[in-house]
Amino acid sequence: MDKPVKDAGGGSKRGEGKDGKFTVNRRDFLRGVAVVGGAAFLGSPADALASRELTGWPDRVGMLTDLTECVGCRTCESACNAANGLPAPEVPFDEKSVFERKRRPTASAYTVVNRYGNAKGSGNPIYRKVQCNHCEEPSCASACPVRAYTKTPEGPVLYDKDVCFGCRYCMVACPYYAPAYDYESALEPRVVKCTMCHGRIKAGGIPACAGSCPVGAITFGNRTKLLKIARERIRKFPDRYVDQVYGEFEAGGTSWMYLSGIPFGELDFPTNLPRKPIVENTRGFLSAVPLVLTLWPALLGLCYTANRNKEEKG
Amino acid sequence: MSDNCLVKEETYPARFLSKLTMGMSMSEYARKLVTPFNVVAVIILSVGLPLIGLRFYSGLATVTHASNEYPWSILLGWGLFSGVPLSGTGYVMATAVYIFGFRKYHPLVRLGVLTGFMGYLFAVIYLLIDIGRPWRIYYPMAVSFGPTSVLFLVAWHVSTYLTVQLLEFSPAILEWINARRTRKWAILITVGMTIGGVILSTLHQSALGALFLMAPGKLHPLWYSPFIPVFFFISSIYAGLCMVIVVSTVASRFLKEKADDQFLGSLDGLTVGLGKAACVVMFVYFALRMVGVAHDDNWSLLLSSSYGYWFLTEILLFVLLPCIVLTVGFKRNSATLVRVGAFHAIAGVILTRLNISILMFNWNLPGHFHAIVPPIREVFIVLSIITLHILIFRWILNRMPVMREDPAYADDPH
Ligand code: SF4
Ligand code: SF4
Repeated sequence: MDKPVKDAGGGSKRGEGKDGKFTVNRRDFLRGVAVVGGAAFLGSPADALASRELTGWPDRVGMLTDLTECVGCRTCESACNAANGLPAPEVPFDEKSVFERKRRPTASAYTVVNRYGNAKGSGNPIYRKVQCNHCEEPSCASACPVRAYTKTPEGPVLYDKDVCFGCRYCMVACPYYAPAYDYESALEPRVVKCTMCHGRIKAGGIPACAGSCPVGAITFGNRTKLLKIARERIRKFPDRYVDQVYGEFEAGGTSWMYLSGIPFGELDFPTNLPRKPIVENTRGFLSAVPLVLTLWPALLGLCYTANRNKEEKG
Repeated sequence: MSDNCLVKEETYPARFLSKLTMGMSMSEYARKLVTPFNVVAVIILSVGLPLIGLRFYSGLATVTHASNEYPWSILLGWGLFSGVPLSGTGYVMATAVYIFGFRKYHPLVRLGVLTGFMGYLFAVIYLLIDIGRPWRIYYPMAVSFGPTSVLFLVAWHVSTYLTVQLLEFSPAILEWINARRTRKWAILITVGMTIGGVILSTLHQSALGALFLMAPGKLHPLWYSPFIPVFFFISSIYAGLCMVIVVSTVASRFLKEKADDQFLGSLDGLTVGLGKAACVVMFVYFALRMVGVAHDDNWSLLLSSSYGYWFLTEILLFVLLPCIVLTVGFKRNSATLVRVGAFHAIAGVILTRLNISILMFNWNLPGHFHAIVPPIREVFIVLSIITLHILIFRWILNRMPVMREDPAYADDPH
């Protein structure tokens, strides 16, 4: 047991080949111990903590929203409300006065449309639809301590109220401020967000908002194909669009993607997001956990033994 | 304490009652309870407790400003994010004495462990008020596991550490109720519990910081750092050390008769020693925060906006300055100066935690400053929990051998 430790300590003095071998062995050993320690403690498969590359999900569906086409009719809001049996809105869906302030999804509205001035100066305001973007690698799901969220193989990110205990960390973690919370409910509060009409998709249909849009601003389909369509539109009409498909890479990519005529930052889209999934930020920390769990007891135990002996002598 | 011999002749329930009233008769005890502090406490509680009831009757919206953008309000910003580092007292004292063998700090161990235990207990109480379905609080432990979540770790570690600290403190309780045999067992597991406690503390103190790694766009870049778990951990060490100074100062002032001569006699010397340790850790912490700014090359942000000035205020006036006060204090061997520095350092830890969890969170949303001012109802809830915290703490200090050694156990190992 002593030998490898000594070798690693006096590294450069020794023969290179031999030394390298010892180091590798030791590292492998540590990794093994770490994985076992972590798995035993967390009750989780080891690969939950192992970092991996995001390879993309070729079969997932998505939604492409073309903000240059949206006319702000709020038909999608009303279709969503009906499809999900949500309470009637305070202001009727054909009322334009709601645009006077910026709204966000709430416990009783999965999606809202906001109006922005057009900096390009063409006079027409720009409308932006807001809802959960159904991230490819959702922050909300990796933040939830009780795994109340599932990223379905089809694409939608679903929430399960039966295990949620209302800590609201998912809301802290979502970069798009998507999940809303039932603050009014004393005992049965839920987190509320768009489901991308998962049930309809499974049954071969399309989400209510996409189906209802009278001008076809929302396209539903295979995510990879949607990206191709988006790129094609930008190529064909370079004056009409900024050269970016929002949602292609943001925080690892989202099922919901946007095309716009003005920079996305002017439409309150977060522009400071990393390209990689946000959960990557915590992987280093989480994988250090098993290491602490295994190394600390040994180190502290040694320390204790050493100091106890010292005390007995002195 | 002189009525010990009388007590022994009485029946068990009477003996227990007399333990609760500290040997006084009921009416005597009741009369003793009327003090200015207690009157203020009752007033605060009579406002705050009904408000807590209101939260469970008509929802969080009626008592907090927590919103869809700001899901965590001062209930957690204060109760959890500030409360947990200040409860680092237990693990720093137990480590110093049992692991590193600084036996002369032994008089402060129980106070440290009790402060830590109470701090965690109350952090959980704040949580129970804040979370939507508090009766499901054990779900991460038993029903559904989310191991990719940092909060999952926090839940596990805080709950196990709470148990560990209760066990660490149990000898005092057992001495109080005179359970000599059980106490022996409790003493035997001390070292194991201490090691367990250090591991758990390392992990959840840093995990509280790691929670914010999931909000890179939301937390101001001067406070967001990949090193945030390390910052949280290191600052919890000096927070624990300073909090022992603060608590022992306050307790020895107001409950002097509950401390024995060994405690009171060694306190100044130990305070200076703790101050020395704290300022070393604080210098390391200060340097690390600077490394954090350098790592992300955020120097330009420091002098370009009010956020930068606020960051400088935090780091210079609430980390470096108290650190210097502590240094001067221990160099001059002045317990008073060390105490001043410790209070100051604690204020700094609270400021940092509030900055990260509330003040600088969502800094770029419009109307930010309006959104973070807590409503008066929530302030009263927090005040009443603080009051309860103090009352229970005092209740325990009054009865159990925390700042003194029980003479009946003086010869036993501890
Ligand atoms: S947008 Fe937010 S709520 Fe929706 S999947 Fe992404 S992280 Fe989750
Ligand atoms: S609020 Fe519910 S869904 Fe969100 S992280 Fe907490 S337990 Fe999970």
